[in-house]
Amino acid sequence: MDSNKLMSMKEAVSKSVKDADTVYLAGFTHMIPFAAGHEIIRQGRKNLTLARATPDIIYDQMIAAGCAKKLIFSYAGNPGVGSLRCFRRAHEKGIPAPLEVEEYTHFGLSGRLFAGATNMPFLPMRTNLGSGLPPENELIRTVKDPYTGDEVSVVPPLKPDVAVVHVQRADASGNSHIWGITGEQKDTAFAARKVIISAEEIVEESVIRSDPNRTLVPDFIVDSVVHEPWCAHPSYVQGYYDRDNAFYVEWDKLTKEHESTLKYLDEWVFGVEDRSGYMKKIPQSKIDSLKPKPALSAPVDFGSV
Amino acid sequence: MGEFSSTELMVIVAARELRDGESVLVGVGVPNLAANLARKLHAPNLLMVYESGTIGSNPSRMPLSIGDPCLVSGAKSVCSMFEQFAYYLQGGRIDVGFLGGAQIDKYGNINSTVIGDYKAPKVRLPGSGGACDIASNVKKIIVITPHEKRRFVERVDFLTSPGFADGKDNWRKLKLQGGGPYAVITNLCTFKFDEVTGEMTVASLHEDATLEQVQENTPWEVKVADKLERTLTPKQEEIEALRALDPERIYLR
Repeated sequence: MDSNKLMSMKEAVSKSVKDADTVYLAGFTHMIPFAAGHEIIRQGRKNLTLARATPDIIYDQMIAAGCAKKLIFSYAGNPGVGSLRCFRRAHEKGIPAPLEVEEYTHFGLSGRLFAGATNMPFLPMRTNLGSGLPPENELIRTVKDPYTGDEVSVVPPLKPDVAVVHVQRADASGNSHIWGITGEQKDTAFAARKVIISAEEIVEESVIRSDPNRTLVPDFIVDSVVHEPWCAHPSYVQGYYDRDNAFYVEWDKLTKEHESTLKYLDEWVFGVEDRSGYMKKIPQSKIDSLKPKPALSAPVDFGSV
Repeated sequence: MGEFSSTELMVIVAARELRDGESVLVGVGVPNLAANLARKLHAPNLLMVYESGTIGSNPSRMPLSIGDPCLVSGAKSVCSMFEQFAYYLQGGRIDVGFLGGAQIDKYGNINSTVIGDYKAPKVRLPGSGGACDIASNVKKIIVITPHEKRRFVERVDFLTSPGFADGKDNWRKLKLQGGGPYAVITNLCTFKFDEVTGEMTVASLHEDATLEQVQENTPWEVKVADKLERTLTPKQEEIEALRALDPERIYLR
């Protein structure tokens, strides 16, 4: 495999994401790869099964754009704000198209990724029993514990066709450093058949090797590497930029109607070429307001004789 | 109640339920205020854990979502989502979990999934997130909710997170490792749960609230504890400490 996997987001999506794929854009509120979602919309992918614990604004946009036929999720809200209106419009009214749902708890969905990443046949867990979820989702089943005879809830592995994982820094072959909330980043990368890494910064391999515990995704499971600063806006990247909370609130108003949502997509997704075009539309004062104060960790010594 | 709002009252009452040294799984908003208030007043060693995988958070400002970066800066540990649920929750390391929802029934079962039918919902709500996992695994579930008839229901439209099922006998058969619901705190009263039946029971009335008011806003015949108490009026010290936590009054109305 070529050790330089650098390419544009346009090339990476075009190469790895096909119609009807199961796609997982990783990131639990942190480092959500919005730029990848926008590129998938621009390239007009259809009939996707979108999987994410928290669909968040990015899947709301992809659903409104007509990319999705199904949603696999565990919490479909606008975090800290309220509803995801596009998801609800699709699910409740079939606008712009009907949306199938497959629903789990957070533990259930992250367990599915863990089982997918580690090739387990299924994963037992202490949840779901007594809840109304298993009767509505035939993939949440029970088995008899062979040791105690008790009934145990199990979930099957999830192996997305494509995962996009945004990271703080990666080298050109895809070794990736992640810190802050690590969500389901590692599990998703290991569970998926194809992995796109997008990174705030591309660094030398020696930078990665100077701090190997921070490498959550190693290069040999990575297919494409994209240098994409500000990929995660309006979500955030620890140490690089904070969450644009005002946008999360604004999204609630922007999406009151399907038509107003399409207007947003026309301007901010179809109306720009790529992420740098998107960022050029955001006022510098807003960008400055999202830059965090530094909080450096104490250095560690990886020395050996 | 002139000197404090009903939200402030509920937060203060909830904070009093937290013990020093406990680990508490906090949500944003009102539970976050309750946990931070307890830490400031009587529980300096409260361990605050958030669903996003931050352990021992020490936020310098009011977090606006469970994934707010201020929960990471200065935390004791940060782990992955799966580790949070596997090591901390399922590992039995969390004492208290705060839950909320659109509906709750007399056994503390909570609905945060749909109003109406699951397949053709009148209102689609966000769903479980970690709520069902929390309900199944923490030692004590605490719910803070306004006391409204549409929230307290005979039967939840959808059972997202199990309380004491349809009574404590059947709940035991589920063999959940958690301890089940512990308290429901409203603007009128605090409910605790009957040790034998698992039914919600009025344990303490707040301020000038009456049992009649509680009954009027609860659609089933409410049980009352043998020793009904009167909630201590919030102290000036509690009110001031709480207001300092949310100076912009994002959650305190």
